[in-house]
Amino acid sequence: MGEIVGMTGDESIAYAVKLCDPDVIAAYPITPQTIMVERLADFVYDGELDSEFIPVESEHSAMSCCYGSSIAGARVFTASASQGIALMFEILFIVSNARLPVVMGVANRALSAPINIHAGLEDQLVCRDTGWISIFCHDCQSAYDTTIMAFKIAEDKEVSLPLMYGIDAFIISHALEGVETLEKREVGDFLPPRDPLYVLDPDDPISVGSLALQDSYYELKYAQEQVMINSMKTIKKVQEEFGELTGRYYNVINTYYAEDAEVILVTQGAITGTARTVVDRYRSQGKKLGLAQVHVYRPFPEKELRDALKGAKVAATIDRSITFGAPGPILYSDVKVTTSNGGPIIQGFIAGLGGRDVRIEDIAKVADRAFETAKTGEEPTKISWIGVRGVEF
Amino acid sequence: MSETQTDVIDIRFYGRGGQGVVTASRLIGEAGLLQGKYVHAFPAFGPERIGAPVQAFTRISNKRFYEKCEVVYPDIVCVLDPTLYGILGQAIVSGLDEEKGVLISNYKESPEELRKELKLNPNIKVGVVDATSIAIDVIGRAITNTVILGALIKAAEVVDLENIIKVTKKRFPGEIGEKNAEAIRRAYNEVVIS
Repeated sequence: MGEIVGMTGDESIAYAVKLCDPDVIAAYPITPQTIMVERLADFVYDGELDSEFIPVESEHSAMSCCYGSSIAGARVFTASASQGIALMFEILFIVSNARLPVVMGVANRALSAPINIHAGLEDQLVCRDTGWISIFCHDCQSAYDTTIMAFKIAEDKEVSLPLMYGIDAFIISHALEGVETLEKREVGDFLPPRDPLYVLDPDDPISVGSLALQDSYYELKYAQEQVMINSMKTIKKVQEEFGELTGRYYNVINTYYAEDAEVILVTQGAITGTARTVVDRYRSQGKKLGLAQVHVYRPFPEKELRDALKGAKVAATIDRSITFGAPGPILYSDVKVTTSNGGPIIQGFIAGLGGRDVRIEDIAKVADRAFETAKTGEEPTKISWIGVRGVEF
Repeated sequence: MSETQTDVIDIRFYGRGGQGVVTASRLIGEAGLLQGKYVHAFPAFGPERIGAPVQAFTRISNKRFYEKCEVVYPDIVCVLDPTLYGILGQAIVSGLDEEKGVLISNYKESPEELRKELKLNPNIKVGVVDATSIAIDVIGRAITNTVILGALIKAAEVVDLENIIKVTKKRFPGEIGEKNAEAIRRAYNEVVIS
């Protein structure tokens, strides 16, 4: 077993990135991701990490630097949050279409306005259409471990796609937990040097980022989607290999007491831990409550989610995000579509926007609602917001 | 204490921006890690402003636990700055366990005085120490975050004194660490518990 070290979520990502030896780090600090960037800058300045650290003037430039560096064959890391991701949004699509395995750590923060620095997953969820692999972590250990897996997944030649992974603002990014660490040597054996699909080489020139109009854009997008779908195989393989190395096994859908559950809570991020505590409490009372955490979000683990939910009467989704005017919030919608053919009733809940605390009793209320639905068998017609002042839940 | 994990100790800290509330919550957590415990310590603040009220939370347990929410039902409340009573009043002790709860405070008067001010249940243990004076005396600045930890672990043996001192010296190397260690020991010895 590795040494247990106290670290915040931001620190756990910075320390894990250091073990992965990126050639280039280009990032702009933004609360609550700041500590990731500060620590990495320290490592480089102190000579502990041999990376080119590019202190850019904006996130748009950060992602543009990542693009250029990755084309040159470099292993590249960046980090951002909220408005920072909004500013780099344009370049995200360009990086994924060029099949560049840029890895980005995200401290998931609510989007402005009104300005808010606390937890919300929408900054990463709205990137669902950018062609990036997307993963949500649930504690400091999973942030550390996912960092190391991220480079291996993204850089696998079958994949060669960018990957972003998130931790809830403050609740994880600034939370101290014990993290079981790995040795540099272990990570070196696990993660081979990057072997790029292609590089810009003056002696063997190619063109990257070309125009593709009616004759080819359509086929390129089809091909890109096939790569994204196929990346699931590599993700699972890397999770398995990481489990063999560390004893810590991750799944694309992490389940807890889901096998015989009547009601299953479907969660992402930090809420998962609190939901697990509620499952323990309900199980001790003989109530058949289970949990399914959507850990890997893109590519969406459709089959695995269907398998996890197949025996349940009701699956209650808890979204820490909002999409205005849609049939439902983002996680809800994906779960609903995935299970539309003979799956359980999907009941949607929104919670914790802007870092509003999501308490044990809040999630217990969700569970109680879902058990009522299981009893009546009637599909709810609207999404419920947990704990909005002045609105009946 | 959370309803399901009866061995989890839930601590809520209060102070003002710049007083090191977040560091206090972390140091307890780091000392816990030295003893093989499981911890989760995190702050709840707005945009960082000197002097604004700040809360931080530490959960600590011998068993692995999973909840990631704020401490609503604390076993221990720890107050770094007594002027906060004038602003926050009884909200400071909201949810504090009526049977086994502990309130630790930087406070010049007696524990009885504080008990009366907050109309506390007689079962709640109160520990007071003049942390500001100790801090000025020993460290030379009115920073009470490490000092108060000495009082906290005397009143509620969450972690060992020596481990608090160890992590404090690691966090503040050199002379400043030695001074903080001395201040912690003084608070440990001078805290008045009722």
